[in-house]
Amino acid sequence: MAKQPLNEKNFDKARKSYQPKPPYVMNCLKAFIIGGLICVFGELLTQMYIHWFDYSEKNAINPTVATLILLSALATGFGVYDKLGQFAGAGSAVPVTGFANSITSAALEHKSEGLVLGVATNLFKLAGSVIVFGVVAAYVLGIIRYVWSLIF
Amino acid sequence: MAKTGTHSWTFTDPVYLQSTGTAVGPMEGEGPLKETYDVIHEELHCGESNWELAERKLMTDAVNTCLQKAGVDQSNIDLFLAGDLLNQNVTGNYVARQLGIPVLGMFGACSTSMETLATGAALVSSGYATQALVAVSSHNCTAERQFRYPTEYGGQKPGTATFTVTGSGAALLSKTPSKVKVEAATIGKVMDYSVKDPFDMGSAMAPAAWDTIKTHLEDMGRVPGDYDVIATGDLSSVGTPILKDLMKQDGYDISDVHKDCGLLVYHSDQPVFAGGSGCACSAVVTYGKIVQDLMSGKYKRVLIVATGALMSPMMLQQKESIPGIAHAVVLTRGEEGS
Repeated sequence: MAKQPLNEKNFDKARKSYQPKPPYVMNCLKAFIIGGLICVFGELLTQMYIHWFDYSEKNAINPTVATLILLSALATGFGVYDKLGQFAGAGSAVPVTGFANSITSAALEHKSEGLVLGVATNLFKLAGSVIVFGVVAAYVLGIIRYVWSLIF
Repeated sequence: MAKTGTHSWTFTDPVYLQSTGTAVGPMEGEGPLKETYDVIHEELHCGESNWELAERKLMTDAVNTCLQKAGVDQSNIDLFLAGDLLNQNVTGNYVARQLGIPVLGMFGACSTSMETLATGAALVSSGYATQALVAVSSHNCTAERQFRYPTEYGGQKPGTATFTVTGSGAALLSKTPSKVKVEAATIGKVMDYSVKDPFDMGSAMAPAAWDTIKTHLEDMGRVPGDYDVIATGDLSSVGTPILKDLMKQDGYDISDVHKDCGLLVYHSDQPVFAGGSGCACSAVVTYGKIVQDLMSGKYKRVLIVATGALMSPMMLQQKESIPGIAHAVVLTRGEEGS
């Protein structure tokens, strides 16, 4: 294999040829299966709350999300969720369980610095940006929707 | 001591390693070099209540073992050179608080192991210290939380990432002849080839290792074959082939003698991505296995090239790249044993 000589200019590109190729297809498949399974489990919880606890179809979402968050927080504390995350990638990062993991892991990590300046301050270290952009996006879309309703 | 060539030092007034001490965490304790460590902790917390204390415990263990083996009381040590990866060098400084020895804190990221050894040897050789103690440490979880994400965060890492070694290595230097001599050192310059990926530090550091090894060989008028082993610190399986190709471009073939501590410290089936990294990576391998092989006579002369990625999360967020550095130290079999 004739390689170009490495130098300062081409180094950042050339280093790629030394790296293992990320298994994109496999990663997508794993993310799809694990992410899907988490959602199937969520759906089962919803059905359970509808059938056994007399929730309406709309209201059953709330206890479902709360249960998933609780289970994810526990899995984080027991040191399981980071291993699942390495395996499933986006599959375990995108669902609400991933959001819960980002908050719980930050809380655990900063416990040593105390409850206020450690846990409370750092709780949203990773999840904070998600909340900021979520709120900003909702605000912008809300205005667009309102203006739309005035015109039409 | 004399300056040799451009950036190398030859210790004309010989300096010897009196003893070494190593302490490691559980994963390193299951690795291929488990027989060579002095203290192995079964649990990542090392019996302490947080990660920073755990790292401090590792360095304390390494230092105590080192002093114990040499049979030297800490009050007889003139200087303590310590470094780690944490902000404000907390591990080194807080261990120094207990030791009561004059201290110089050093930082060269993962190259600190050889930075402290080279500086310590220079100060002993020139007579500014009779006995100098050098120590470095790193802990997987303190490093994760300072440089990356919370330890339990479920983010996915690519195969090029490295795994910070949990451990600490210490060594005692003086002019009393022993089986391992510190012969020379080469101080590296910062090399930055614009790698910005914090999950590919092997590539970021390879140019620094190349520059330091090349400078060393030119300064000393040597070829790679003059060494039984040229050991780099933590280039991992990604940076190692890059270093070999860079050396080959300059006409040096190091493939027969090159080893990477990051690849020696773990079994290939352990979940460490591309290999080990951290100050402790080169330290526990050098002060354990390599020094033992020098003492047993298996090796006559080795070159340890500790590589460091001078990475700061804040600088990366400001779109800067990762500068690399490498410091090299030559260890030879001392007169006493030959």
